[in-house]
Formats: sequence, C-alpha cells, structure tokens
Amino acid sequence: MKVSMSVNGRQVSGEAEPRTLLVHFLRESLGLTGTHVGCESSYCGACTISLDGKAVLSCTMLAAQADGADITTVEGLAQDGELHPVQEGFWERHGLQCGFCTPGMIMSAVTLLEENPEPSEEEIRRGIEGNLCRCTGYHNIVQAIEYAGARMRGEEPAPAEWENA
Amino acid sequence: MSSTSVLGGVVRRREDPALIQGRGRYTDDVKLARTAHVAFVRSPYAHATVGAIDTSAATAMEGVVAVYTAADTDHLGPLIAQVPVGALRPLLNNGTVKHVGEAVAMVVAEDPYVAKDAADSVEVDYEPMPAVVDLKQSLSDEVPVHEGASNTLISWVGPFGADEAALAELQAGIEAAKQRDDAVVVSQEMTNQRLIPVPIEPRSVLADYQAGYDRFDIYSSTQIPSALAGAIGKYFGMSMNQVTVKAMEVGGGFGCKLNVYNDEVLVAFASKQLDRPVKWTETRREAANSTIQGRGWVATATVTGTTSGEVLGFELEGIADMGAYSQNFTVAIPFLGLFVGSGQYGFPTYWKMDCVTTHTMTTDAYRGAGRPEAAYYLERIMDMYARRIGMDPAEVRRKNYISSSDFPGAVSPMGFPMDTGDYTTNLDAALEAAGWSDLLAERDAARAEGRHVGVGLATYVEVCGFGPSGLVDLGFSWAEYQMPSAFNGSSLVRVHPDGSATVSIGTGPSGQGHQTTWAQIVGDGLGLEVDRIRVIHGDTEEAPPSIGSFGSRSAAVDGAACYEATGKVRAKAARIAAHMLEASEADIEFADGGAHVAGAPDSSVSWGDIAACAYQPHRLPEGMEGGLEAHAIFSPGNATWPFGTHIAVVEVDPDTGDVDLLRYIGMDDCGNVISPMIVDGQVHGGIAQGIGQAMFEDAVYDADGNLLSGSLVDYILPTAADLPSFELDRTVTPTDVNPLGVKGIGEAGTIGSAQTVVNAVVDALEPLGVTHIDMPLRPRRVWQAIQDARA
Amino acid sequence: MYPRPFEYVLPSGLDDALDALDANPGAKVLAGGMSLLPMMKMRLLSPEMVVDIGRIAGLDQITDNGDSISIGALVTHSEVAASGLVGEHGAALATAASWTGDRQVRNRGTCCGSMVHADVAADQPAAALALGATMVAASSSGTREIAAADFFVDTLMSALEPNEILTEIRIPKVGAGTGSAYDKLGRRGGHTDYAVAGVAVSVTRSNGSVSAATVAVTGVGNRPVLVGEVADALVGSDGSDAAVEAAAAQATCGIEVLEDLYGSVDYKTHLAQVFAARAVKAALASAA
Repeated sequence: MKVSMSVNGRQVSGEAEPRTLLVHFLRESLGLTGTHVGCESSYCGACTISLDGKAVLSCTMLAAQADGADITTVEGLAQDGELHPVQEGFWERHGLQCGFCTPGMIMSAVTLLEENPEPSEEEIRRGIEGNLCRCTGYHNIVQAIEYAGARMRGEEPAPAEWENA
Repeated sequence: MSSTSVLGGVVRRREDPALIQGRGRYTDDVKLARTAHVAFVRSPYAHATVGAIDTSAATAMEGVVAVYTAADTDHLGPLIAQVPVGALRPLLNNGTVKHVGEAVAMVVAEDPYVAKDAADSVEVDYEPMPAVVDLKQSLSDEVPVHEGASNTLISWVGPFGADEAALAELQAGIEAAKQRDDAVVVSQEMTNQRLIPVPIEPRSVLADYQAGYDRFDIYSSTQIPSALAGAIGKYFGMSMNQVTVKAMEVGGGFGCKLNVYNDEVLVAFASKQLDRPVKWTETRREAANSTIQGRGWVATATVTGTTSGEVLGFELEGIADMGAYSQNFTVAIPFLGLFVGSGQYGFPTYWKMDCVTTHTMTTDAYRGAGRPEAAYYLERIMDMYARRIGMDPAEVRRKNYISSSDFPGAVSPMGFPMDTGDYTTNLDAALEAAGWSDLLAERDAARAEGRHVGVGLATYVEVCGFGPSGLVDLGFSWAEYQMPSAFNGSSLVRVHPDGSATVSIGTGPSGQGHQTTWAQIVGDGLGLEVDRIRVIHGDTEEAPPSIGSFGSRSAAVDGAACYEATGKVRAKAARIAAHMLEASEADIEFADGGAHVAGAPDSSVSWGDIAACAYQPHRLPEGMEGGLEAHAIFSPGNATWPFGTHIAVVEVDPDTGDVDLLRYIGMDDCGNVISPMIVDGQVHGGIAQGIGQAMFEDAVYDADGNLLSGSLVDYILPTAADLPSFELDRTVTPTDVNPLGVKGIGEAGTIGSAQTVVNAVVDALEPLGVTHIDMPLRPRRVWQAIQDARA
Repeated sequence: MYPRPFEYVLPSGLDDALDALDANPGAKVLAGGMSLLPMMKMRLLSPEMVVDIGRIAGLDQITDNGDSISIGALVTHSEVAASGLVGEHGAALATAASWTGDRQVRNRGTCCGSMVHADVAADQPAAALALGATMVAASSSGTREIAAADFFVDTLMSALEPNEILTEIRIPKVGAGTGSAYDKLGRRGGHTDYAVAGVAVSVTRSNGSVSAATVAVTGVGNRPVLVGEVADALVGSDGSDAAVEAAAAQATCGIEVLEDLYGSVDYKTHLAQVFAARAVKAALASAA
C-alpha cells in the first residue's frame, strides 16, 4: 500500500506492507536511520519521534497509521545549520555517551519542553521515563534538558558542574 | 604533560554532532546493495535432544534465500573461546541443545520480516530432558549439563599462587582466630543475581564477502574488532588481513560485546556461501537468550574479627554460574573477582569459587565482571560486622585498610602487587563530601519520628587496565583469535604533509568518548589544535592491531600507547624544527599549532612547515628518514588499581517495601584525569548499573530453564524517574604504571554501588531487625524481609 | 519485532468498521495500538485482519452528557489525565491514566483500549469499576451497555464480543460530597509501571458519615474487581482512620490472589489492604 506523510517538513510517500512498522518505514524506505530500534516491547523509547507535535513510539505504529501525519525525527531538528537548543544542551552537558538512545531521548525532551517550558527536575525525570539510557545514569541528560529549557526561555543556562569544580 | 595542557580540561565531545543529529552510523544503519537478512530458529527448551528439522516450508517461502542447519556448518567447528575450559558452543546445534534460545537453524531471506516468517515455519522435533538451573544442584552433578562431564569446570582458590600447604596454614590461622575470646564471627550466604547487560543498541552484524578479492568486510557492533577479524579469518582459512572489521558507532557494550559470537561467524558463512552481503540484528527478547549475561553467584562470606574492629580473617566460598557453554572469558570472570577478593584491606583472606555449568545462556563479562561480585560480598559482610560490634562502618574500614605507606610495593593478601593507593584520604574525602556525621544525625532524627531512613557506605578497590604483556604466561592470550599479542595497547600517530594529524588506535569504544580523548592526548603532545586531528578506531584496516575496549583499559593502555607514539613524533618534529630554526633541539617548544624557540615566540614554524619539510627529505637534517609518524606498543608493568568510597541515603516505606533512593555520593580515585566531564559520565553510568542490580534487575529462570524476565517489560531497568542526581567528587592518586598516571574508570561506579545501596536499606531497617536482603531490593523482597525479621 | 502478515482495513465510519468485524471473526480492532501492536510484534498475537478505527470521526472526544461524561474510543490516556471533566467527576480515572505507561504510551494509548485489553495489572479498569462506569459497545446489530462490574471477565478477557467495538465509556457525574481516588504500587516502586496492587475508590459523605462507597482492586487476581466487603464496611462508618483501616483489611475478600514475579500471595494481599486504606483516605479527603 502507498503511504504519504510529511517528514521533517518534506512531503514523502512510499510503499509499505500493512505490517510495516513506522520505524522501519522511516529507516529503510526513507533512509532516516537516526530513529533507532532498541527493544520490541515498546519500553525503551529509542524510536521516539514527534508525530503531530506529540512524542510517540514509531516502533508501535504501523506506517499506515501515520499516513497523512506531520512527523519530525531527530534529523529534522537542526535548522539552517543551527542545532536545536536540546541538541545543543546534550552536547554542552555531555548528555550522551554511546548515542544510541539519544535521538529518542532528544525527541522526548523536545516535546516535553514544548508542553512544559519550565519543568522541575522531577518533571524532567518523569517526562523522560519512557526513554531508557544505559550509559549516563540520566544525570547529565537532566542537566542537558535544564540547559535547553533555559536557552529556550531566553535565560542563561546554569554553569556545568565541571565548570564549578 | 605541558603546563598549557588540554589534559584535565573540558572539551566538548567530537563524536556528538553526528550523534545528536541522528547522523551517527551504527551497524544496523549500514545498507549494502543485495543485502539478505537472517533470522534464527532457536530452542524453546533448556535441555532437549534435537530430532528431525523440517525446513521445507521455509525453503518454499517466497523471498527465502537459504536455510542452514548444523549439517551445513559443523565443519567450521565450535565457537572459539579465549579460556577454553568446558564445553564450547556449537555454531548451530542438531545434537542436544543446552539452553533456551540456542540456535538450531539459520534462515536467510530478502527481508527481515520474511526471514522471521520463515524461521517460525521451521519445524523441529525436540525430546525435552530435565534441566539444571540451581547452582547447588549443579554442583552436586545430579543432572549433568554435558553428558559424561562434571558440571564443575574449575575452582578458583586464593590467595593466588598459594600451594595446598599455604592454604591449609591460612585456613588454620583463621580457624584459630575464631577461637579467641574477643572473636566475633559474622557469616552470611548471599546471592549476587544474574543480570542481562542490555546495551540499548542490540547486537548487529553485517558480513560482506567479496569473492573477487577473497576477503571480508565485517560490520559489527563489537568491542573487540581485531579479535573478530582474527576469528573470522581462522574459521575461513584466511589471514586476519583478509578480514576488515568495522565497528563504527557501538551503542553501548558493557562487556556483552566483548565476545566473538556464533551469529557473527554464521552470518559471515552465509555471506560467503551466497556471495552477497548478509545482515542480522538481534531482537531484544532474542538478545536475552543469545547474548551473554553476567554475575550469577551464590556464596557465603564470613568475617572473623575482634570486638574492637580488627578483622582477623575473611573467607568467601561459593558457586558461580557459567551457563551452558564457555565463550570468550567465561570461567575467567570469577578469577577477576579473586584478584580483588581482599579489597583494599590487609587481612588474611581465603577465597574459593566453584564455576559450574547450568542449562542457561552463557555468562561472561558484564560491567565489572567478577569485581562487583567480589566487592559486594566483602563490603556487605564488613557492614554486617560493623553493625554487630556497634562500630561506625567507616571506622571499621579505616582500621583494616592497607596503609598508604605500604605503597609503592604493596602486595594484596590475594597475592597481587598493587600500583598505588591512599584509601584513608579517599574515605575521609567521601565522609566530608557527604557530611557523614550530619547524615547520621539526620537519620537518627528521622528514626525518632518513626521514619525508616538509612545511610549506607561501601568502599572498594578495583583492578583494571589489563595489562601487562606477561598475562600471556598466565594463560590469558588471544591466540585462539589469531592474536597472540595479549593485552598490549597500540597506537599510530601520523602527521600529514599539510600539518594535520591522524591517530589510529585499536580501541573499540561504545560511548567512552575516544574521538575526543585521543585527540586531546595528541593535541596536547604536539601543541596542535584538536580540530586538526582525526581519530580512527574500531577499524582493523586502518588501525594497528589491539585488543579493543573492555576492562577499563583503553586510557591506561592504548591511551598510553597514543601518548608514547605522540612523544616519538614530537621528538622527531623537534629535531626538524630545530634544524629549520637553527636552534638547539632542547629549546624547541610546541604550542599554538607549531613549534617555537623557548623565549622567542616569533622564531617559530607551523606544523604545516614542519610536515612539509618532513616529506622533503633533502631538507631534513643529515641522516634523518623522511615522513613524520610513529607507532607505539605499550605494555604496562601492572594493571591499575582504582578505588573509592560510595555513600547512599534511602528511605523505606515499611508498609509496602518501597525504597526511595534520596542521595548518592561517589568519591572515586582513578588517578590523573584526562577529561573530568567524561570521567564523571562514566561514573554516573556505572553507578546507575550498580543501582540497577541493587534495586531492579534480575534475570529470573524457572526450574525448567525458561527465562521469565527476557523482555524489558519484566527485566526492569532503572529509568530517570527511579534515580536521583549523583553527587560526585574525586581524590587523585596517580598510578606509576603508565606515563599518563591514569587508572581505569569505566567500571568503578558499578563496582562500588550495589552494596552501598543494600547497606543503606539494611541500615534503614535495622530497627526492625533486618540484617540482610538479597538483591534486587524490589518492594516485595524488602517487605518480606521485614515480615521475616518480625516473625 | 516483525508482526505476521495481516489484512489492513481502514474504515471511514463506524458502520464500515463493524461490517468488517462481522465478516472476519479473526479481526482485531486497532485504536492507539499500545497493547495490540507490542503483542503482534512479539507474535504473541497474529490476527488475520486489523481494523484501524483511528480515523473514525467523533470517537476522539470527552463529552458532557449532562448527567454523565463520555470518553470516546480514541481518547488517549494523556487526554483523560488532563481532562478537567474527568478530574472533577472521576479523579480516580484521571490519576490512573496519568500513571499508565510512559509519556509516549499515554500519547497514543486509549482509555477504551485499556479496558478492552483487560490486563490484570492495568490501572484504569479499577477506576472504571469504582466510578460505576458504563461501557458502550457497538455492533452491526446496535449498541448495548455493559456495566463495568460485568465487563472484566478474566485475564485479558472482557465481555466485549469479537464483532463489537467499545465506542464509549460513560461515567456518572458526581456532586459535592463525593470524591474518588486511585493509589497503587508500581512494579518499579512508586507509581510507575504496571500495578503490583492498585485500588480505586469512590466515596460519598453525608452528615459526617460515609453514605456510599465503591472499591475496586487491580493487580492481585486474574482481573480487576469490585470488592463489596470493603465498601459495605465503609458505608455507615464515620470515615475515621480506624474505620477505614478496618474496612481496608477486607480488600481481597472474594479474590483469588495470584503470585507473580512482583509479589507473593501474602504480599499482594497486604498491599491491596494498604492501598485500599490509602485510596479511601484520599477519596474521603477529596469528598470533604
């Protein structure tokens, strides 16, 4: 069957089987391999994308269900060579190590800050509980999201912990 | 290190721009034309004979390319292991399967969906047999895992190198101590449960055999590219230089990608048979039964001490679960525990672990690998001892430490020389950072209000950074993988004609920031901007053979090789610069992208100038060869022995058993620090995995050998909402075994943390009479322990 | 990770969807997909046909019917959790929805889907029971209303027939003096993940005593159930802590408590009592 959708601001279409998962359509048909598959039980969040402005699991949707949707993947965040503040935060605050959970984590954080521009640490931690990271212990991910939140609010981010040392 | 050193400073990671934009390339992202996809048929039984395998439906399915069984692959032999004690894994098994998930057949199809359809259609006749899962039952040899063989593969007994007479004398001494009037003996059997490593990237391999050139490109999510190249070569009668392994971005490893797996060999086999690229990416539930697991010990720890806190002897006796087959390190993992069996203490220690097989997936290296287990038993029983004699747990540790004045030259009671250590300074720093006496007062105040707050402390010493070339003589060699080169570090630094530089190195990182750290070392040594330095790792075509990244070894071993290769290049460049500037070589300094004469910054040449000269031999000093590059092999004189102190604060809801982790303080000492940012990140992640073991994670098998927690629904990993922010600081006791003074840090957080949390929870429940709870401290267990203590 | 092949049907209206179900007894209804698709990916379930109701107009609303509110088949957990109407008349359900899954799951998964899936450890079915919800099931032969108390039949089994779609959950509105609450212990502790044990409660106070109560327990048996004994013990009491705790002690009356990885029979029995007391106290506080 044919499916069409807007991905990162571009109208795309392609062939998919009914059973083709959206994440496989993005990765295999569109070549957008930034969105990752980390589990099969819909628990890890590595496949998180923004669909019509909401964080969703692209591994737990059929490509067919996304027909006509407006999708942003991690590849679509940077604009004109400028990183999204969340991407910048992850870079500035060492919010990633192996990087595999990172695209999903970033998409989760982007949508979280869109919904709640000034989250507390607890709200950040609850907001990303659907994204498993095995490398960072989440410590610097929280720092990265706080950094991004400050940037998006037009505030100066708090200095990095290592800058205080 | 120069005074303007970038070492110790903070540099944003060079690997990040690709990764944060979804442009990193992991194995499953690689697409080659005509790639076929693999799915495996796996045993649903833990122990069964395999009868007829009917592949006809699969073969007939549209899109299926081939179906292979053991009849096709047995000629390749079993999976090789570095420490080949015990039965080796058949690549595919048509005899007697030994664990759930063992591969019985391999299907290759045009598409991964079709491959899975076809694998599901393969019919296998199994004759199930009784399985052995329990370690004590295995030890009894009542049910053999492998017909005709004892389930006990090896028993590791320490101190290392002690003969029977010495061991008897040691044990007699501890027995005598137990008879003293002031003797206190505390003993506890404890389980250190099996864990599933779960890097978020599943393992993946793509093999591309090129018949025209009789060579392989193997893309794999591996920590050990060189060993994989050697192994693939060995299976197919090729030299390792006919196999290029590319481990590009690796999405976490934690030891479980420190194996050559049967699936890697089988995918290569299929590619060669079919003359096309073949790919396999494991699914998460498949990974639970086909990627190695870790831990899995049951042991009894006993401390014999005086009423005043002097420990007279420590004994650990137990059983370690090897799973069904030996893979890369399997039986060696408990031996790594033996290395640190006596921790940072000087008291006599007797240590014995029986390594037994079970009808379960193989165990091997998982973050810490033997050392978290050893530290767990030691620090839990030390805590119980402190509690028994009513002494501050920090003071009991302090009384029994090996003194800093014993370094250099300290030899652990387990018989190993240790590099450097200053345990008391580290302990004091941790107590200060945590506000120890205030913490205890706050805990007591909370208790007075009827709350169940606990404070836990544990200290550890680790051994890592392997290591000395002489390990080969102890049997630790990679010869099975066509790599007789032991554990040396290896690095090649080349300055190009335009003055840019490339460092190629045999590490196989999975998130440790090597793109950044090696560039820092080279940039610091050459006074060259980091942006002009390219780092190549995880690629056996480009990098000198090394053994990859594991055991917290990369900085201390390959990093040291990188440092030494850089030094060689700088020495040659200094001669060239001195020649160009007509100055004395001794006066040449490197900074700001070039060399200048000390005290005369205007008298300078850029790296471009130096390189141009180096590639024009007629301009060089007489007798000097052209070119500007150097290779260094580094073999340290010893492993490194990092250490630290961790403190946790918890509150328990005794009505539900729910544990709330309120604070976590880590004070680690890994010697000199190249990048504080990266080191802290390693500790954060390590602690989270230790907390994961303490509170959440559990590979639960039923008596028939079925893994009940094989998906992430039931294998509970900590989420952001489950953890606090961590409070980290460090002491710095440089090692003397490498020129950088660095010790490993990748595993330290994990080695220090599980027992810290358990100590805190037991402390919280002390007023209720709880003395021990086995991990994971899920609410169910905590509540049950309270009920049992009340009964 | 790779579902088996199936036929995909995308009806534009409810009638088409119901016709498809009639014609294909092996068909499954797909709404948010948060329960169905993971089972299909793991091949624990392989329907011949999937009827995607995701684009049927009118099913995505929470509506005020005057004396009740309706939650349509496509209303997500996050919409339920954020709804002022649900918060006012069914706080227990809003809380349960906010503790279901994670943010991504709550953005796609539906309240109705959670009911139909009937997981033994799901949160929202308990709230629906306590709130006296009515399930509205449509089939090609019309609609029928099923009381929540009759809806949860067994493990992963609801009273819905294969040819029916749960189009709506109806919750009666409540007035001053009535409050509801849900509390639980999640598998990873706190409120996250599936319930090891969870209790939803609705209570009404009048003249200083409890005049009405319903109590539902999830996570401990083969299905979420109403426990009349707790409610009966509460009604007529003064709602004091002692009265609440005495009532809560009967939290598993009539339930065959089942052991799993997360709790023994004793532990789950105890937890049900603990959370019955906590939820009743919270409900009473909100009813004041």
